[in-house]
Amino acid sequence: MIDSSLRWVDDRLGVAKSGRTFLDKIFPDHWSFLLGEIALYSFIVLLATGVFLSFYYVPSAHEIIYHGSYRPLDGQHVSEAYATTVGLSFDVKSGLLMRQAHHWAADIFLGAIAVHMARIFFTGAFRKPREFNWLVGVTMLLLAIVNGFLGYSLPDDLVSGTGIRIAYSIIESIPLVGSYIAFFLFGGNYPGSGVILERFFLLHILVVPALIAGLLAAHLGLLVKQKHTQFGGKGRTEDNVVGSPMFPVFMAKTTGFFFMITGGIALLSAFFQINPIWQFGQYQPYLITYAVQPDWYMGWLDGALRIMPSWEFVGFGHTLPLMVFLPAVVFPGLVFNIFFIWPFLEERYTKDHAYHNLLDRPRDRPKRTGAGVSMVTLMFMVFFASSTDVMANYLNLPLKAVLWFFRIAVPLAPIVAYFVAVKICQEMRAAEGIGKRKRAVIIERTAGGEYVSVSTEPHPGDGHEEVEAEPVPTFIDLTPPELATGPGVRRVMR
Amino acid sequence: MSDGSAPRDGHGALPPAALDDPRLQPYARHPERAQLVSGLAMFIGFLGFLGFGIAFWVADSPQWEAATLGIGFAATGFGVTAWGKYLMPQGPFVEERHAFHSTEEERAAMTAAVVERGGMVVKRRKVLGGLFALASAAMGVVLIFPLRSLGPKPGRTLFKTNWKKGSQLVAISGRPVTVDDLDVGGVLTVFPKGFEGTSPDQVILLRLGSGPDPFPLSAPGRTSWGAAGYVAYSKMCTHLGCPVGLYQEQTQQLVCPCHQSIFNVDAGAVPEFGPAARPLPQLPITVNRAGYLVATAGFDQPVGPGFWERP
Repeated sequence: MIDSSLRWVDDRLGVAKSGRTFLDKIFPDHWSFLLGEIALYSFIVLLATGVFLSFYYVPSAHEIIYHGSYRPLDGQHVSEAYATTVGLSFDVKSGLLMRQAHHWAADIFLGAIAVHMARIFFTGAFRKPREFNWLVGVTMLLLAIVNGFLGYSLPDDLVSGTGIRIAYSIIESIPLVGSYIAFFLFGGNYPGSGVILERFFLLHILVVPALIAGLLAAHLGLLVKQKHTQFGGKGRTEDNVVGSPMFPVFMAKTTGFFFMITGGIALLSAFFQINPIWQFGQYQPYLITYAVQPDWYMGWLDGALRIMPSWEFVGFGHTLPLMVFLPAVVFPGLVFNIFFIWPFLEERYTKDHAYHNLLDRPRDRPKRTGAGVSMVTLMFMVFFASSTDVMANYLNLPLKAVLWFFRIAVPLAPIVAYFVAVKICQEMRAAEGIGKRKRAVIIERTAGGEYVSVSTEPHPGDGHEEVEAEPVPTFIDLTPPELATGPGVRRVMR
Repeated sequence: MSDGSAPRDGHGALPPAALDDPRLQPYARHPERAQLVSGLAMFIGFLGFLGFGIAFWVADSPQWEAATLGIGFAATGFGVTAWGKYLMPQGPFVEERHAFHSTEEERAAMTAAVVERGGMVVKRRKVLGGLFALASAAMGVVLIFPLRSLGPKPGRTLFKTNWKKGSQLVAISGRPVTVDDLDVGGVLTVFPKGFEGTSPDQVILLRLGSGPDPFPLSAPGRTSWGAAGYVAYSKMCTHLGCPVGLYQEQTQQLVCPCHQSIFNVDAGAVPEFGPAARPLPQLPITVNRAGYLVATAGFDQPVGPGFWERP
C-alpha cells in the first residue's frame, strides 16, 4: 500500500531519495531546543481558534442595542464589534473556549518567542551561518507584538479602547508626519471615522498573519537547510549533528509536544479567565477604569511611558512631546535595531568569521552574556514599571516613591546586571570541574562515630556510558532474536 | 522496518544494524513500565476527547469543554512523547554537515554571468535600461498616492473643539447642567449640547466651592473662568489623551488612570506629577439667567496630547 502510493508519487515528483534523507534527518536533543516549538504550536492554535472567532466577529463600530444571553448588558447601547464578541462568548457553543484559548495562545506565543530568542542569543546560535534566521526571527517577534496589539483592540471594550486611544496619541507624537499618519490610519481625529476596527481586523486576520506564516516557513526552511545547532559533547563536532532521527523519534516527540501545548492552552482556558470584556463594558472615549494595563508583551512600552519625565519641547511654532516620542517610538526602535544588528556587531567586534554549529555555554562568553542579561534586566524593569499604581496600592507606598524608584532603577539596573553577569561568568569559568557530571557522594559513619565521605564509581549500566554515534542504519537485521527482549541500555545524553 | 532489498540511496554503504545495537535500544530502563505509562496516558487522552464530545452535546458548558479538551490533548501528547522518548531507538545517530557554500569557481561563474550578461544587455540597450528605471521610479512614487485616500488631512481639526461662546453644558444623556446639580466636591463629565460623547469635547466639571462668588482661582487671569464654585477642564489628558477621570477631593487632584499624571485642580490643573507636561486646558464657564451652566468661550488652545503642528 505504502509502496504503491509512494511509487505513484515518486514517478511524478521523485521524492523517494530526498524523502529518505528527510526521514533520517538528525535532531539534536536539548530541553532548550523545544522553546521554538512552543511558539510554533501556539501559532497553530492561534490560527485554528482565530478562524473560528472570525466567523462570528463583526468589526463594526455601528451602535446597536444588546439583547443577548448576558443579562447585565441587556438593553445597553454597544458597538456591533463588542456585541458580537460578547455574543460569540456566550451564545455560540464552544465560543468562549475558542476565545479564551485564542487569547491564552497569543500570550504564550509571545512568551515562547521571547524565551526562544533569549536561548538563541545566550548560546550564540545566531552566529554565522545563521544570521538570516536571526533576522527572520526578530522580524516575527516584531510582527507578533503588532498583531497581538491589533487583536487585543478588536473587542472594542473599555480597556482595549483605551489602548487604541494611547496608540493614536503615540502616533501623533511623531514629528512632522505624526498627525497625518494618525488621520490617515484612523480616518480622522480620534476616534476617527469608524473605520479603525475594520482596518485593524483585516491587518490582524490577513496581512500580519500571512507575513508571519511566510516568515515562519522561511525560518523552518533555513533550519532544515542549515541543520540544527548542538552543544558540544562526545562525538559532536562542528561538522556533524548527533541526535535522534526525524522518523520516528523526533516526529513522535514533537507531535506529542504539539498535543501537550494545545492541551495546556485548553486547560488554561478552562481554569483561568482571560480578558472578560463583559465586565469592562463598551468603550467610550470619556470613560475610564482604574488600573488599566495592556497585555504583558506591551507592558515594556507602557512602563517606559510611565517613568518618562514630563519633557515636552515647545518652540519654533511646534510642539514635540518628548515624553511620548522618546519612550514609545525611539525606545522600541532602538531596542529592535539592536536586536537586528547584534550578530553583525558581534562579528565585527570579535573578528570571528568562522562557521559555528556548536553552541556556546553562556558562561564561556561573559561579555555577550552580560549584554544579554543587561537587556533582559532592562526589559523586566520597564515591564514592572507598567504597574506602578498597582504596586503602590499593594505595597502601601506613595506612588511618587514607586515612580522614582523605577526612574532610577531602569537605567541603573541593566548596568549593574551587566557587571554582575560578567563577573559570575568569569568565576564559573575559573571553577574546577564545572559542567562535569557529578557522582553521588555517600556519607558513611564509622564505628567510632566519624563521618567519611566516599565518592562513588559510576555503576555499570547506570546509563552514564556514552555510545559513539553512528549513521542511521538503512535496515535492521533481525538475526539475534533472543536479544529482542533483553534489558535495554540506558544512556544519558549530553 | 526490515527491508533488505531497499536501494541504499544517498547513504552509500550503511551498515545494517543488529537488534542488540545499543543505539537501537529504548531509553527506558524498564520498557514495559514505560509502555504502561504511555498507554495509560493515551487512554486518558481518549477519555478526555470522549468527554469533550459529551460536554459539547450534553453539558454545554465552556468550562467542561475546555477541561476535557485540555485533558484529551495533554494526556495524549504526554503518551506520544513518552513513547517517542522512552521506547524508540534514541541513537545517538550522526549526520554529517556539508558546507553549503559554493566553490570559488562556482562563485566566479555566477558573478561573471551577472556582470557580463547584464552588462552586455544594459550597455547595448542603454535607453531601454534607462526607461525601465524611469518607469519603475515613477511607479514607486505614484503607488504611494492611494495611501492619501485613507483619511482626511489633519488641517485645523486638532485645534478645534465644538465648544464655543454660549455652548450649554450637558451631561452624556443630553440633560443640561444647572447650578444646583453638583454638591461641593462633585464631578460630572459634560459635553457641549448636541455633541454628547464626542472625544475631544469631553470636559470634567468640578464643583470646588459654593455661594454666589466666583471661585477664587489661583491661575492668573482666569478668575472669571469659573462660576458659583464650578470650574471646567478638558478631560483629555495632555499626555496621551486618556480621560482624566479620577478626582481626589481631599488633595484637590485629578489623576489620569493610564499613566498616573496628576493635575492640581487648585492651581489651574497644572501637572504636578507623572509624565504629563501641560496643564489641562480650562473651559471658561458661567451661569446664565435661567440657572444653566454655559461656556463663555471655547478653549483657548488645542486639547489633549501634543502634536507637531501645535504652536
